[in-house]
Amino acid sequence: MEQLLWLLNITRSHVIARRYFVVNGFDGALTMLGLLVGFYVSENVRLPVVTNACLGVAIALGMSGVSSAYISEAAEKQRELRELERAMVSDLGQSAYGQAARLLPMVIAFVNGMAPLIISLIILLPLWLAPSVELFNHFPLESAFAMALLTIFLLGVYLGHISQTFWLWAGLQTLVIAAATTGLIFILSPG
Amino acid sequence: MVRITRIVLDVLKPHNPNALDFTTAISEQLPGCRIKLTVTAMDEKTETVVLVAEGAHVLFPLISEVISSLGGSIHSIDEVEVDNGPPDVEPH
Repeated sequence: MEQLLWLLNITRSHVIARRYFVVNGFDGALTMLGLLVGFYVSENVRLPVVTNACLGVAIALGMSGVSSAYISEAAEKQRELRELERAMVSDLGQSAYGQAARLLPMVIAFVNGMAPLIISLIILLPLWLAPSVELFNHFPLESAFAMALLTIFLLGVYLGHISQTFWLWAGLQTLVIAAATTGLIFILSPG
Repeated sequence: MVRITRIVLDVLKPHNPNALDFTTAISEQLPGCRIKLTVTAMDEKTETVVLVAEGAHVLFPLISEVISSLGGSIHSIDEVEVDNGPPDVEPH
């Protein structure tokens, strides 16, 4: 683990992993929000249909994140390694850079895939807990919607922490995006 | 036994790990040695550094191995000091 963190640090890949986490995590949260609002405006959709559709999308987002990030990052890391080898006029295959070129695309792909999947699963928690928690049972879509807003707000706060801006302002900015998405679905939905 | 007590190396290395991390990583493998690194030239992707290792017994193969594992390569050995210990006393 220590070696992995060190490789992330010397190749500056921790910045890429962090960016992927936020970008794809936000993607996952906003997709779930869109689905939930879509089901809400459709009315009379059975809860298992909502849960299964959202779960399907969450898994697809995860798989898409893993595969796309692995393909692109493996190519990028190989290119970086070749460029550095040209500059160093030596083979770096056995060095930390060689290790990083082989290992880090997998780590970044994992982060990129897990971020939307885990965030989506957190948002879907109220739907799964609906049979056992009374509040969720009465308002399953509303509870999941609130969870989505909370997650999006927290992602904004995290972005504020990274950019060292005021956390509440950063969180509110992402909430505005969520509100705009919700508003657009309500306006454009034919029902 | 001949021991290296001081060695000065001209090394080409990538920008990362930086001078601090590079020196620390070498020092961790050479307990009892004092390591000094000076950056002498910077390029777009690489930098040339002069690395001085001093100690009672500087293990050159180990330094070379660590430098390679960090992505660096030794261009030249610029200075060496060796010590052969006290002279053997002739038995009377």
